[in-house]
Amino acid sequence: MQKMIVVDNEKCTGCRLCELVCSVKHDGVSNPARSRIHIIKWHNQGLYLPILCQQCKEAACMAVCPQDAIYRDKELNRVMVNYDLCIGCKMCVAACPFGGMGVNKDSTVIKCDLCDGDPQCVRFCDMKAVNYVDVSKVTLTKKREVVDRFSEYMSKF
Amino acid sequence: MKAIPIELRKKWVGGRGLDAYLLYNHCKPKCNPFGPDNSLLISGGIIAGCPASASARTHVMAKSPLTGYVGSANMGGFFAPELAWAGFHHLVIKGKAEKPVYIFINDDEVEIRDAKNVWGAGIYDTQDIIRKELRDEEVQVLCCGPAGENLVRFANVMTGHKNSGGRTGMGAVMGSKNLKAVAVRGTMDLDIAFPQEALEYNKELIDMVIKSKVSQVMQRWGTMFMYGVTNSTGLIRTRNFQKNQLFGGEDLECENLDNVSIGFDGCFGCQVHCRQRYIINEGPYAGVYTQGPEYASQGAFGTEPEINDMESVLVANHLVNDYGMDTLEIGSMIAWAMELYETGILTVKDTDGVNLEFGNKEALLTMIEKIAKREGLGDILAEGPLRAAQKIGKGSEKYLIHVKGMSNLHSDERATPALALNIATASRGSDHLRSRPAIDLYNLPIEVLDKVYRNNPVPYEGPLVNSYNSYVGKPWMVIWQEMNFMAVDSMGMCKFHTIFLGVNHPTFPEFSKILYLNTGLEMSPEEIWNAANRASTMERLFNIREGMTRKDDMLVDRYFDEPTPGGFPVARGKHIDRKKFKAMLDEYYQLHEWDKNGVPTGEFLKKMGIDEEPSHQL
Repeated sequence: MQKMIVVDNEKCTGCRLCELVCSVKHDGVSNPARSRIHIIKWHNQGLYLPILCQQCKEAACMAVCPQDAIYRDKELNRVMVNYDLCIGCKMCVAACPFGGMGVNKDSTVIKCDLCDGDPQCVRFCDMKAVNYVDVSKVTLTKKREVVDRFSEYMSKF
Repeated sequence: MKAIPIELRKKWVGGRGLDAYLLYNHCKPKCNPFGPDNSLLISGGIIAGCPASASARTHVMAKSPLTGYVGSANMGGFFAPELAWAGFHHLVIKGKAEKPVYIFINDDEVEIRDAKNVWGAGIYDTQDIIRKELRDEEVQVLCCGPAGENLVRFANVMTGHKNSGGRTGMGAVMGSKNLKAVAVRGTMDLDIAFPQEALEYNKELIDMVIKSKVSQVMQRWGTMFMYGVTNSTGLIRTRNFQKNQLFGGEDLECENLDNVSIGFDGCFGCQVHCRQRYIINEGPYAGVYTQGPEYASQGAFGTEPEINDMESVLVANHLVNDYGMDTLEIGSMIAWAMELYETGILTVKDTDGVNLEFGNKEALLTMIEKIAKREGLGDILAEGPLRAAQKIGKGSEKYLIHVKGMSNLHSDERATPALALNIATASRGSDHLRSRPAIDLYNLPIEVLDKVYRNNPVPYEGPLVNSYNSYVGKPWMVIWQEMNFMAVDSMGMCKFHTIFLGVNHPTFPEFSKILYLNTGLEMSPEEIWNAANRASTMERLFNIREGMTRKDDMLVDRYFDEPTPGGFPVARGKHIDRKKFKAMLDEYYQLHEWDKNGVPTGEFLKKMGIDEEPSHQL
């Protein structure tokens, strides 16, 4: 079974608990600057969007790395950094189209590691704005939501 | 910049508790609240930014320009955590700037900047402009609106779209200091004493809170769900104080919010997310995005002016937030003016042509603007209840619904003696967030009351009665909640995450564990109670120093003389019994170990370790 994190931005309340638990889990401190996930807010429109590493199949970070320090961990369907090889050049940070690759306080690169299969952002988000789901179910959930809306719309006629 | 000594942490914890100490030490006795001798205190709780269910609250304190006593405002949002990541827990702001400024705290650097670009701006624009000016969208801004600049005595301190440091006019204190805003950006580590354990305990706390039915309802409707219950029972204030129900008030029901809501909004780390994000979809304000509204807004802009129209609640909520004013106070002031208009004390001449009849939506919105800008009658109403009544004269004072010069929440406490005692004794004036035995309204089984109120954590041997019409055992409930709320405000947690509306929510034992796992500070539940008691006494001492006496802990005559006209039998025909109320007040003082005039005396102060305040340790 292959799982992935799916974001449902309409549910996000912008509380940033994901940022808090991510930094406590990985670094033992409260500090969103160390978080692997961030809620990007458009304050005046009320739009909130959780952004994190998409664990790309053809990952730009992996392609650009001069040390081949970035690799795909097939078991958990994730992109990982081998810190023994990493020289901290941050080309991956520049190459990532999402800002999924971040820089920690000590200048090393950081990214979502799916908390080794138990992502804390998902565990703590009561609204389920971030979900950890089987890849085969991702589109089915979306389809079901669309059908719900469709039937609601049709019931008005 | 000073470190907070550990002894002071143990004595006052932080947030509102430590602010009470700082106010007593840094505010010049009998000073003019708008003068440079008043000190403005801004703080996060001791666990601000920690994984502890809801650690978002910011506290603001100063001498109040509204009441002349303790000024205190508490709000959610993201300011307090950001302040903690910048390395600060408490700010003490003294004196007065020569021209409008704002303070920018960037990690451990503090800069005072020119505020010419934001002076005069509403609170949404102020935050937006400052973020653009500092080129950082993550900056958190706490500010006053135009009402604060105009010294409206109930102006708020605001952060985000609706997080309101409301009540007692803290925004006007900012305005009087020419301080438009405090902006903060923090990227430093906030150490957690036992990170993994704190994380796991956080999960436990969240589950504890969101498992309760009341939280689940709040997650869906916010505080607005209360309107349906209180309106049908007859526990809501309508037409100033003439009625306790709004008939045909269906348009104000929370369900109507679904037409405009685009989702929920949560303060930092909170899973209760008690407010909606909404876009006004019709009328002259169509397209405006903001957040809220609350139960308080339904009362202030719905039941009080008797306007059965959700749009007026949505628009008024937006205007009052943007100008940075206190919803409760402005709703009360306008409803009071409407009653004066009805009785003929105010005429169309006094209102500059505004038809101040109950139910007039346009008049409500016009008066909001006039108060914020201090125009005409608005200039008088901006002075708050007592000063406005003095200016208007003609017996207008007897129509006021206030305690200590601050207007009441739009609930009707005539059927609920516990809540009546709570608003009468609250340190910042009539208020439901300095003590609120709200669970009294549930008629809980006695065993549950025993569990909450006895030995939790201090002994209580007196009676406990579960009828909310009763006067028996209520003073202890008021004191218990007073300590509970002081502890929450000192921790920096939200009251929806303690025993306020849900009996199984965290309280003293959980506070003790939260404190230990996150900060490493070991304080037993009793020690936290004692710290809350100390801080509560400190606020009392401040009020007494500013001239408060027993007669300030009193309801207005209408509570005693006018029975409620409507509602269910439990709420109909009720009024507060003067003699029984006096007995409750005596018992309240006695349980507090204060003297019969409500003054904490020598021996008690010694026991609390505050007989030598102000000690200027910090």
